[in-house]
Amino acid sequence: MESYALKKRVTQVIIHAILIVASITMLVPFLWMVLTAFKTVSESTAINPFVIFPSSWKFDNFATVWQSYNFFYLYKNTLLMIFFRVVCAVLTATMAGYAFGRLKFPLKNFLFSLVLVQMMVPSQIFIIPQYIMVSKMKALNTIFGLVFPGMVTAFGTFLLKTGYQGLPRDLEEAASIDGCNIGQQFLLIMAPLTRSSMVSLGIFTAVFAFKDLMWPMIVCSNATSTTLSAGLAKMQGQFSSNFPQLMAAALLACLPMIILYLIFQKQFVEGIATSGGKL
Amino acid sequence: MAKEKQPKAKMTKAQKTAAIWGLAFVAPTMIGLIVLNFYPIIDTVYQSFFKTGDFGIGNVFVGLQNYQNVLSTSGSVPFWSALLNTFKYAIIEVPFSVVLALIFAVFLNRKIAFRGGYRTIFFLPMVAAPAAIAMVWKFLYNQQYGLLNHLFGTATAWISDPSIAWISIGVIGVWSIVGYNMILFISGLQEIPHDYYEAAEIDGSTGIHQFFHITIPLLSPTTFFILQTRIIGALQVFDLIYMVMDNSNAALPSVQSVVFLFYQQAFTFNQRGLGAAIVVCMLIIILLITFILQKSEKKWVFYN
Repeated sequence: MESYALKKRVTQVIIHAILIVASITMLVPFLWMVLTAFKTVSESTAINPFVIFPSSWKFDNFATVWQSYNFFYLYKNTLLMIFFRVVCAVLTATMAGYAFGRLKFPLKNFLFSLVLVQMMVPSQIFIIPQYIMVSKMKALNTIFGLVFPGMVTAFGTFLLKTGYQGLPRDLEEAASIDGCNIGQQFLLIMAPLTRSSMVSLGIFTAVFAFKDLMWPMIVCSNATSTTLSAGLAKMQGQFSSNFPQLMAAALLACLPMIILYLIFQKQFVEGIATSGGKL
Repeated sequence: MAKEKQPKAKMTKAQKTAAIWGLAFVAPTMIGLIVLNFYPIIDTVYQSFFKTGDFGIGNVFVGLQNYQNVLSTSGSVPFWSALLNTFKYAIIEVPFSVVLALIFAVFLNRKIAFRGGYRTIFFLPMVAAPAAIAMVWKFLYNQQYGLLNHLFGTATAWISDPSIAWISIGVIGVWSIVGYNMILFISGLQEIPHDYYEAAEIDGSTGIHQFFHITIPLLSPTTFFILQTRIIGALQVFDLIYMVMDNSNAALPSVQSVVFLFYQQAFTFNQRGLGAAIVVCMLIIILLITFILQKSEKKWVFYN
């Protein structure tokens, strides 16, 4: 019995050792980003001796980057894009998910097969025509242009349909006896019950929009009309040797989402895990 | 009779109302999908037969010339080498991120101190912008000033030596996605009934034996799902390569992916016809791989 307990102890120690090494590997890039963001250029490029900690913790690099790279606009554009994409996606997917999950209507199977086909096709195939449409609508460098491809969501429709199918059958019957029409049943009874699916879809949509690089680079090339991701790409192209400023910019771009993640961890993990690998 | 007919007529009326509501509710999504996704598929295929005109000149029909440029080895687009690069990236990213994620998931699925902390840390890259992650890794890989060469005491050109740059990019991919795969594995592990392990314990089987004879087979639906989504995802790699590899980087030709080529042709060189041809070829390859994966599913995936 004693040797069993000892063996268990040893296993625990080995597992912790592996997990700690892995955690350090996961954290080092983030730590290095933070440390470098506070350094001076000469500290960041010192080799002999190699500098690990900045000599003073001043926010100069952040201030410079904020000023010269329009971070106010980058935040504003990113926030507005995320807001409108989440609202559009949750609204349209909730309605369509309810219809596919609970109602009978003509062409239902055919229309749902279109939803499934869209999910199988790589998104790059849509981009050239979407860009041409945005360009013809004179919506380049606008928030509408950023939101445009995300106004509806096949994946979200699928997710919400599954959510609605999981609800008990007799809910609507009880409601219709009470004299609710289908619209009222949806709004007052059914939709509130799928709140967790909606939250998952909202978080997934927000994180996806936040991380997306190609679309904002294509439709918003102006420095003041683009998003954080695409803004970073622009910055890196313009000057690539001022490491402290680049790291300060990268940190500014990542920080809001990381803070939100640390606060709403459970919802984030669920929301992204249900995304079906689309991230 | 009349009494019986009435409820039936009422049913059809109710069905009619339901049908109208149903169509109205799916209308925004369906119209959106047709305008934003299905028309673009057709338009992309259509454009792939045209050469994009210079300023003022319209597009010119060129038949299969774009496809010739993409698919023939003497064409102007290094499609096959980019496809090979993409597969090379996938061969690093997919197996390593899946196997490591499985190991971490098994460790973190049991009662262990600091479990939540480990999970938070492993998942962290999922909420960081790939553009920012790539910038940080590019600095870590820097030959002169990078942390990696300092730590290892080397002078390796991690991202500009063509023979290793693809591995360096793949490592960023593994680092970025391992936490996500881990979360999916953990939820798969939690669905395995505990009785199986208890029965095995009574029979005196070891932890490793249980892992290979209970966990692996019962987890195979999750494993299949992760493998499929990761393979398809890895074949569309773009952000990391675009951000890490400068245009002047000597290793670019041996790292650039298919989607990188697509972006370059369609939006840097404004050759949308060529870009369209590249992306149509990619679509066919991805659908083919999806089909093969679906066929293979029955062979090794175990459903209860």
